[in-house]
Amino acid sequence: MKLQILIRRAIVALLLPSWAQAQVNPPFDQSGSPAGVRTASAGAFNAAMGVILNGTYGRLSQDPATDVLPGFALGPDTGPGERGFSLGESEINLNANIDDKFFGNLTATFLPDNTVSVEEAFIRTIGLQEGLTLKTGRFFSGIGYLNEQHAHVWDFVDAPLPYRAMLANQLGDDGIQVRWLAPIELFLMEFGAEALRGDSFPAGGAANKGNGTQSFFVHVGGDAGIGNSNSWRAGLSRLNARADLRETGDAAHPDLFTGKSDLNIADFVWKWAPNGNPTVTNFKFQAEYFQRAEKGSFTTGSGSVTDAPVDGDQSGWYAQAVYQFMPRWRVGVRHDEVKADPVSAALQDTALDPAGHKPTRESAMIDFSNSEFSRVRLQYNRDYSRLNQADNQVFLQYIMSIGAHGAHQF
Amino acid sequence: MKTMIKFAILASLLTLTQPVLATLRAVACEPEWGALLQELGGDDVSVYTATSALQDPHRIEPRPSLIARLRNADFLICSGAELEIGWLPVLLQQASGRVQPGVPGYFEAASVVRLLEIPARLDRAQGDVHAAGNPHIQTDPRNIAQVAEALAQRLEAVDQAHAANYQARYADFAKRWQAATQRWQAQVGPLKGIRVVVHHKYFTYLEDWLGLQEVGQLEPKPGIPPTIGHMTELLASIKQVPTKMILRSAYDDPRGDEWFSERAHIPAVLLPGTVDGTPEAKDLFSLFDVTVQTLLKNAK
Repeated sequence: MKLQILIRRAIVALLLPSWAQAQVNPPFDQSGSPAGVRTASAGAFNAAMGVILNGTYGRLSQDPATDVLPGFALGPDTGPGERGFSLGESEINLNANIDDKFFGNLTATFLPDNTVSVEEAFIRTIGLQEGLTLKTGRFFSGIGYLNEQHAHVWDFVDAPLPYRAMLANQLGDDGIQVRWLAPIELFLMEFGAEALRGDSFPAGGAANKGNGTQSFFVHVGGDAGIGNSNSWRAGLSRLNARADLRETGDAAHPDLFTGKSDLNIADFVWKWAPNGNPTVTNFKFQAEYFQRAEKGSFTTGSGSVTDAPVDGDQSGWYAQAVYQFMPRWRVGVRHDEVKADPVSAALQDTALDPAGHKPTRESAMIDFSNSEFSRVRLQYNRDYSRLNQADNQVFLQYIMSIGAHGAHQF
Repeated sequence: MKTMIKFAILASLLTLTQPVLATLRAVACEPEWGALLQELGGDDVSVYTATSALQDPHRIEPRPSLIARLRNADFLICSGAELEIGWLPVLLQQASGRVQPGVPGYFEAASVVRLLEIPARLDRAQGDVHAAGNPHIQTDPRNIAQVAEALAQRLEAVDQAHAANYQARYADFAKRWQAATQRWQAQVGPLKGIRVVVHHKYFTYLEDWLGLQEVGQLEPKPGIPPTIGHMTELLASIKQVPTKMILRSAYDDPRGDEWFSERAHIPAVLLPGTVDGTPEAKDLFSLFDVTVQTLLKNAK
């Protein structure tokens, strides 16, 4: 009997802290506030809305319609860019807290061919629980450094060649992601894992009963030196993708691949700004190394090859440096390259045949940001993707944002 | 026996869910709030300040080290009023649930003072304006007093075990701050009505306190760096109105100020703006000592 009372008391005591906390209303969030200003939340009950507008003008010495990357079966929409004026993806983003536990985000993209695609639509938990964050829906995978960033924050018009060749520019898919932040105060250590549907390149056909892709990543990062001037992040990622009749190349007569595509990525980014103040000058270096193994069978759209066994390694890397030399003005250079192993006799003259060629590209860019919300960029690429032919590419690009003030990742 | 086990489980749950907080792990977005936390928190709070006086609080990189600091934070104080809108949301994605907006462990200083320059019209053509008003509230000691009072109450609520300590420290701080404010008030008479040009609209609250008259900004629009064209126009416009000095904070690029100073023949003055903005501004008290003395010296 006595024990029961004790237990009841214990239960009351257990519940008390949360009850007491619920009573702790910030005294000034009520109308008695001298300012009448409440804790800011994005757009009251409306979702924060932002729109990205962008477009390019391109001059390419080679016809983009005939572009190839020898040794690689390219995913959809991975061309080098359009000739002449072209509208980029116009993006509408809506995001808000759903309640006290969940945050929601929708990014819809209006493509220049008058179609709409759901780029990201996810929910995420608010506030860490034992260091864990959970995200589910459609989202860009956390692998690599650049993959999670939207194209409008990239420092160059186009994705680096390894991203183009091995992730069809960027991997986004439907699935679930869990991240765990280690309880360390002095530097960042984060682990992540994803289970994805497997509809997006390098997977395809939602293989394995709709569990086609898994990924794992680890990030470490911190500050270096004194005065907050230097900070860095390094990461390792692994992507296991299953492909079931993955379509590449010509959309009307696609090549088909069935098998697995396993990718390792090492990434590094280092940012410098005097005393951590990037307003006047700042510098950013980033590099990523890709290494992939594809094993399975390949069938060409032309019918020249049917179910030829594929077992080859590909690799690639890029390094880029961007320097803001005065307020609003930045210059950048980039080198990227990809390399594929020679293929068996059966696969000769297919997209997978590098024919002894290693595609490389050099890029330089200069951009001007009138404000945080607008940027105009001029970029030059000398692209040696094709065999024995240089493609000189010049792009003029604008990227503008209206609406809610976005916040950018490190 | 069964009830004994139940009791043991409950008892262990109790100890697990009510850890005795040794120190409150607090993160301050800006140095002035870090300093205020030190004043009110003393030994009960360990303070990590996310930015320095040399950094523009509008433009901070969400560095990996900051994510690590917020992982286990118990308390977060920021200016608010959208000052940190470009970087804090990214950090909060992976921050502790104890410091998310809306919970007691999240405190916005701007929410407890009267904000100035609330824009009548929200349009980015006006530059990077803040819908809630000017967020640089720490340049007026009366605002510091208001924030201190609310912050002390909040700390008491969040860390009830040490509530008495916060009360005692606040009482002491409030007394010293009031005395210091009276001392500054007695000194600043000569500053009333003097005209100043500012680099960025950073000193609005200081001007409000001292009765300074702001006749222009080097930035053509808030957040857009000074241009020669705009500064030339400003030079012409201040010819008719005798202006005493150009004010900038520690993180502003001094080149525009120097250019303007040479041509306008008025001094380009660096005010600390926040704690550690200049070597002498070591804490909140010396911050205003230095500010007042620097202004008086250049107003002569």
